[in-house]
Amino acid sequence: MKKILILSGKGGTGKTTLSSSLIRLLDAKAYADCDVDAPNLHLVMEEENEPLKSDFLGLPAAYIDPAKCISCDLCRQNCRFDAITNINGYIVNDHACEGCKVCTLVCPSDAIEMVPRVIGHLSLYKNGHVFSTAELKMGSGNSGLLVTEVKKHLYVNSKNADIAIIDGSPGIGCPVIASISGVDLVILVSEPTISGFNDMERIIKTSEGFPAKVAVCVNKFDLHLENTEKIISYCSENGIPFVGTIPFDKDASSLINQGKTLADKDGPARDSIIKIMERSMKILNEGDN
Amino acid sequence: MDTNLKIAVLSGKGGTGKTFVASNLAKIANRAVYLDCDVEEPNGHLFLKGPVLEAFDVDLPMPEVNLDLCDNCRKCVDFCAFNALALISGRVKVFDKICHSCGGCKVICPQNAIEEYNKNIGKIERRHYDNVDVYTGILNPGEESGTSIIKKMMTTIPSGYETAIIDSPPGSACIVMDSIEDADYCVLVAEPTTFGAHNLRMVHELTKVFNKPCGAVLNKTNGEEDPSRIYCMDNNVPILLDIPWRKDISDYIAEGSLVVEKDKELSESFAALLERISQEVQK
Repeated sequence: MKKILILSGKGGTGKTTLSSSLIRLLDAKAYADCDVDAPNLHLVMEEENEPLKSDFLGLPAAYIDPAKCISCDLCRQNCRFDAITNINGYIVNDHACEGCKVCTLVCPSDAIEMVPRVIGHLSLYKNGHVFSTAELKMGSGNSGLLVTEVKKHLYVNSKNADIAIIDGSPGIGCPVIASISGVDLVILVSEPTISGFNDMERIIKTSEGFPAKVAVCVNKFDLHLENTEKIISYCSENGIPFVGTIPFDKDASSLINQGKTLADKDGPARDSIIKIMERSMKILNEGDN
Repeated sequence: MDTNLKIAVLSGKGGTGKTFVASNLAKIANRAVYLDCDVEEPNGHLFLKGPVLEAFDVDLPMPEVNLDLCDNCRKCVDFCAFNALALISGRVKVFDKICHSCGGCKVICPQNAIEEYNKNIGKIERRHYDNVDVYTGILNPGEESGTSIIKKMMTTIPSGYETAIIDSPPGSACIVMDSIEDADYCVLVAEPTTFGAHNLRMVHELTKVFNKPCGAVLNKTNGEEDPSRIYCMDNNVPILLDIPWRKDISDYIAEGSLVVEKDKELSESFAALLERISQEVQK
């Protein structure tokens, strides 16, 4: 199975818009939403059945038994995440605790135990295709681990699919890094703004350490032609394949609000995404024999 | 941070206009400090421009094994909750990309074979733009987590400002919490899509966990049905400002200009927004 990941660096450039359109156009039988902090793909991919839901357990969190605690302060001093405070007794801030267990190690009175915690939920839809998604509980860490789990759910359940489309998250940090590993092609969705350009450079740097191929497209390119040109030149100077532009479509938000993709409406946006798809597939298959 | 009014600007969904709202609010405020906590993709300095006046490195302690002292007892490998250590061909190897710098291996090692060194993961830059001191947290590409950069920014900024504007990262994960922990008020920036509304709900839940007063700025509105507006009305989130989608605003943003410097009407809107927030906080 070939895996295409959609990333952007900057948020809101159109990752989910492109992902959902590619899923439609390629009639992909396997897809996933790895933006576990703010998942949205399920809002445009209407599913008939209820998903199979499962809890995602993060690393266990520390719990201090007040009956055993002798208030020696060692746990607080040794916690590098400032997760332990002393307000009329020692307590652990669940959001800040990363589950490293150092407090259990330094506690002389055996007052601390590690308790399991649910930090997110995974959903798996199976309707002739497989759609794997998840939502991280707000304020949780470990989103990279959840992303890895979303991908694992997808792969295990769609062994016969030819192609998988994976919608990524904004930024360059741990969920993005977890999503890049193992994919064949990353399509970066940029936008013609000074921020879109700045963020594209940072995500390209981030993806350099991975074997995946990288291609760039620009969404809403006609909102600022000069900036679009700048992105295209940057790509050609740096040997990064440029796979196309998508025009600004003022109906895009109302389509999204109806649960539709840009591929569901005839017009220039759909045509441009078809071109992006064709060029991306060519890059994806290059070097295969 | 001993500043009168601390406003965090957040959104859940990326690209709704956090930096747009935060940078313009900072410009309109008196004696303001702007803290760009979107350390993975910081963009505020593209609008609040200026040469870098100062830069501070942000480092994290990383374990280093002294192989002369290590007797391969494996205690560190077994203890590490993040699987960042492994015993490979008779040597303990540290995978610094997945190390959380908790220090556990150093504490547990019976041979005192583990020392820590400082590994650079990013930096904080200081600029000055007109009335605004601009601090930008920047995570090095390839690093996993910028939480420590945000923590450092929130603790080392000098006091004495009238207003602090915190530009938060997108999402609703732990890194966002670090940026809003100190805030007096949260401005939620939303766009008129089901995507925007869905993520607005997530980030609104987050502000409730922290008991922070909050209000919404509806950005890029288009006169059509707006799921974010409906969410606000159904959930008693005050709508502080409504900014329509306009080609000229989009151009200013594309070029890195502040709209409050270009458009008198929007300048007044942002001034009123700041005034409204001050009143909400005093309630």
